[in-house]
Amino acid sequence: MSNDILNALVIISNYILVPGLAYGSQLALGALGITLVYAVLRFSNFAHGDSMAFGAMFTILGTTWLQSKGISLGPLPTALLALPLGIIAAILLCLIMDKLVYQHYRQQKSTPVMFVIASVGVMFITNGLVRFIIGPGDRAFSDGQRFIIKAREFKRMYGLSEGLSIKMTQGLTFVIAIIAMALLFWFLQRTKTGKSMRAYSDNEDLALLSGINPQRVVFITWVIVGTLIAIAGVLYGLDKSFKPFTYFQLLLPMFAAAIVGGIGNPVGAVLGGFIIAFSEIAVTYAYRKFLIYLLPEQYEPDGLMQLLSTDYKFAVSFMILVAVLIWRPTGLLRGKSI
Amino acid sequence: MTLLKAEAMIAGYGKTRILNECSIAVDRGEIAVIVGPNGAGKSTAMKAIFGMLPLESGSISLDDKNIEKLSPQDRVAQGMAFVPQTSNVFVSLSVEENLEMGGFIREDDINNTRDQIYSLFPILYEKRKQAAGELSGGQRQQVAVGRALMTEPTLLMLDEPTAGVSPLVMDELFDRIIEVRNTGIAVLMVEQNAKQALEIADTGYVLVSGENRFTDTGEALLADTEVRKTFLGG
Repeated sequence: MSNDILNALVIISNYILVPGLAYGSQLALGALGITLVYAVLRFSNFAHGDSMAFGAMFTILGTTWLQSKGISLGPLPTALLALPLGIIAAILLCLIMDKLVYQHYRQQKSTPVMFVIASVGVMFITNGLVRFIIGPGDRAFSDGQRFIIKAREFKRMYGLSEGLSIKMTQGLTFVIAIIAMALLFWFLQRTKTGKSMRAYSDNEDLALLSGINPQRVVFITWVIVGTLIAIAGVLYGLDKSFKPFTYFQLLLPMFAAAIVGGIGNPVGAVLGGFIIAFSEIAVTYAYRKFLIYLLPEQYEPDGLMQLLSTDYKFAVSFMILVAVLIWRPTGLLRGKSI
Repeated sequence: MTLLKAEAMIAGYGKTRILNECSIAVDRGEIAVIVGPNGAGKSTAMKAIFGMLPLESGSISLDDKNIEKLSPQDRVAQGMAFVPQTSNVFVSLSVEENLEMGGFIREDDINNTRDQIYSLFPILYEKRKQAAGELSGGQRQQVAVGRALMTEPTLLMLDEPTAGVSPLVMDELFDRIIEVRNTGIAVLMVEQNAKQALEIADTGYVLVSGENRFTDTGEALLADTEVRKTFLGG
């Protein structure tokens, strides 16, 4: 009986907890970028997803080159070595698009909706660039050791009939995301430049009166956002696989995460990322096996015990998004109202 | 030698002229108060002096240097500080961070200035870790003034510092402003509460439709029957 409970817990960990933590970290990093652009530059950046594909693409190109030279990181994916290249590429993309597009609208003091439409244009251009350079197809670029814990070994070690497996990419995603977030929060809370970003986001006029240079704030914001974009894009690509179109699809859960947490609020973006990820996975998981372990035999379920098919996973972010916008438009942690 | 001299300022928005040859002067260790009926151009005069509104004609000098061509940011570097009437604190930043941002342009150590501000406004020290947006109206105004003082200005400009606070808090704020003046800073403020403001004013300016109507010491203006009748409600 107690083994049944343990087996049920292992199932939940294996199919919900571990994937949820990895996917949640990816969404959180993406939502952080979206929320920072919203807080400082005051618009919803629709090009965010495709910029992630752009950063991931350069990392893939770098990885391929490193692999051709026979350089690898042993058990870790080679992509980590090529990540700095992706980060630089994403930062440059952000800065160039800002110079060519957003700066103009900033000088015109355009309304936020103009910025959003402009960012849709940037999205199409970035998307076209990515497909042109690397093609629209699927690419797996993860190498090195595949698992940190293998299901079979786990079963043998603990004598359970269910196994827990943790992929290397899942572990890496979580660890790198935590490090990136810790650095970001330290920067925003503790450094003078970080505080000036928050001050600018809070009250632009007063920031000007205090001598905070808006151009510098915008520059630093894009550097940070570009870094987050590349890290999120690469981690997602390593964990799942790289396909330009999936990054466009990520926009919805990432925006949902940012808005659910409270847009403009970095802590909210992280919270929202995990809420969306766990909801998506928990709602689309088939609980049949889990219930078999827990319920007495006569109540054993016949169906899959799945609330929604995985095809509908985007509907989950949509439902949460709509619910939040209706009942708590400022988000759980009180960001700015949209 | 007068610290701030704004002479014969003419300015307005578009074709509407708000200031008609308005002149304002303040010296170190002095409080100058601008009062007048609604729409007299009090706030506009402040904006013009701080460079947020271009002058059509007239001159502004600080410490005998002409500054009318400078941007507001450059005027801050010259020793001016401005506390707007509304949205004058960073609500999501802590009190301490507000002060730090006030001293953003300073390259040297700001801790001394910050400690001076804490001793001037003890409540700010108590609430230093709290977000400025969570404070009461009067405390917020103290944060706003404290933020402006972080650059160690020679001229502090306040746009209706007591708007929306209770009479009790108003008295306290005025006491604090007197203390600021006593440190040798020139204070220029616009006030809706004319009577109370003139009581602490070394110089008072009564503006009517953008012109200087009366200029005298605060005491003399309060004693003037015409000023009392027309502007102070008897």
